[in-house]
Amino acid sequence: MADGQPIYRPKHGLTRWLDSRLPLPRLVYDQFVVYPTPRNLNIWYTFGAMLAFFLAVQIVTGIVLAMHYVADGSLAFASVQNIVREVSYGWLIRSLHATGATMFFVAVYLHLFRGLYYGSYKAPREIVWILGVLIYLAMVATAFLGYVLPWGQMSYWAATVITSLFGSLPLVGDSLTQWLWGGYAVGSPTLTRFYALHTLMPFVICALVALHIWALHVVGNNNPAGIDVAGEQDTLPFHPYFTVKDAFFLSLFVIVYAALVFYAPDALVSPDNSSPANPLVTPAEIQPEWYFLPYYAMLRAIPFKLLGVAVLLGAFISPLFAPWLDSSKVRSCRYRPLMRWFFWGFVAACLTLGYIGSQPVAAVLHLGVASLPLVWVGRCATLYFFAYFWLVMPILGRIEVPDPTPETIAQPVLIKEGAA
Amino acid sequence: MADPEKPEPTRRDFLYVATGTTGAVGTACVAWPLVDQMNPSSGARADAVLEADISAVKPGQQQVLQWRGHPLIVRRRTPAEIAAARNVRLEDLIDKLARNANLPEDAPAIDANRAAIPEWLVVVGVCTHLGCTPAASTAEAPQGSYGGWLCRCHGSEFDTAGRVRTGPAAQNLFVPPYAFLSSTRIRVG
Repeated sequence: MADGQPIYRPKHGLTRWLDSRLPLPRLVYDQFVVYPTPRNLNIWYTFGAMLAFFLAVQIVTGIVLAMHYVADGSLAFASVQNIVREVSYGWLIRSLHATGATMFFVAVYLHLFRGLYYGSYKAPREIVWILGVLIYLAMVATAFLGYVLPWGQMSYWAATVITSLFGSLPLVGDSLTQWLWGGYAVGSPTLTRFYALHTLMPFVICALVALHIWALHVVGNNNPAGIDVAGEQDTLPFHPYFTVKDAFFLSLFVIVYAALVFYAPDALVSPDNSSPANPLVTPAEIQPEWYFLPYYAMLRAIPFKLLGVAVLLGAFISPLFAPWLDSSKVRSCRYRPLMRWFFWGFVAACLTLGYIGSQPVAAVLHLGVASLPLVWVGRCATLYFFAYFWLVMPILGRIEVPDPTPETIAQPVLIKEGAA
Repeated sequence: MADPEKPEPTRRDFLYVATGTTGAVGTACVAWPLVDQMNPSSGARADAVLEADISAVKPGQQQVLQWRGHPLIVRRRTPAEIAAARNVRLEDLIDKLARNANLPEDAPAIDANRAAIPEWLVVVGVCTHLGCTPAASTAEAPQGSYGGWLCRCHGSEFDTAGRVRTGPAAQNLFVPPYAFLSSTRIRVG
């Protein structure tokens, strides 16, 4: 697809010398300057760049926090208070890091939904998609490990609940949880190892991101039309067209980020995490950070422990199979009149699960005279979550009549311009 | 036995397999310390026994001690609570095993197998679902509908013998290995 792509020609002696030894400038030029990008990419395609930005923010602020944080059960809580109150700009850096995690997950969820809507998981982008899901899973692990570090009540009990999931495994469960804990309960040894792993994971994510971008640039971007690039007329060079587009939407996104950092740094933090960890008292209502609430609702929807854990695991790995589950030849939901509705149903199921996860376990939904226990709403939403991957994707592609797709990427744009 | 198509293994083949095997075993031996370092240290294992005075607990009350980093519940049951626990039929229980470290593993979950001295129930205060500390039910503030405990994290309910009556927990609260040293002193672990 590199036909007609300008060729990198080093102009100076130094760059010529470098090009024949380590052609790094050539790599950047080919992949991030002249890289041919479908001209019809919309706002939903800017979240990849935002994710790269937030990965960088998390690493930079994280390393700075690591200079002041102490990963010991008796000191961790106080060291975070010290960061917030006494370290110069500590309040800012801590807030950037904690809120950065929130923005990171907003971006990754929009990026994932984008991929589902426009069929970016389908051939030939299976590996791009799988690497993307693996990055998401690595983010989930990192965020969970990081949430434990402030060592407040929610940190402690989140660690207890999540590590206890492993205890449901037959035979090895008990020894596996003790191995994870380094004791008979979550404690100082657990905190210290979680800290070590939390510090390691970003670099695992960086490696996965490099593979993700590599795989993407081998096959090229998908686009809202979901059809292949036919030639030069369908693409624009990445720079300046998409660097500017990414930068523009990133700046809007960062306004939201800054608003949260400066005006509502604790808006998404449970007040219980302001109490130091206490192994003898579970807070009245424990819940995870907002980005895990849908999974938490699924876990609570299942009244059997081992099955609940299996459902949780299934929810995390089901998206990995999407490339082979979806039987439709058409990628983009723009030309799939039925799948579109099922897609928005999927989004609604995720949001509903998120809401249920934030409510007390015994909460009841009152609809006029009728009342419905939320746990049953959660069960229906959980069922739909799985049905979307394992029933809708395989079946709908066989029975749905897709709308006609355009001949080329340029065509719908030109028609629209002609009409205007 | 000998395959005419296949030549006899040579000395080189033997050396190849032997070297590979030794390398694999050696790698596993080196990896093991890296895995085992995460298990509870000898210090943590040594701290695993607790002795406590429980004379201050009144009937209908419970005392929460700390054992192996977990809450340990010592509940002094009222005659009504004992009777309630005894009146439950084994068929009605979710978990029909006593889960009592002092008894054989297949002991049934009748009340006598849960509390050797009926007045004193000693259980680990860790919900067998995902490890929260269940809230104790009292006459003034009932928790759940079985008079024992309610886990507020995911809604499991336990009766006055610490047996699970409503999921998602699948097992009764564990009875740790314990012994009464006197009528008011207990050793756990």
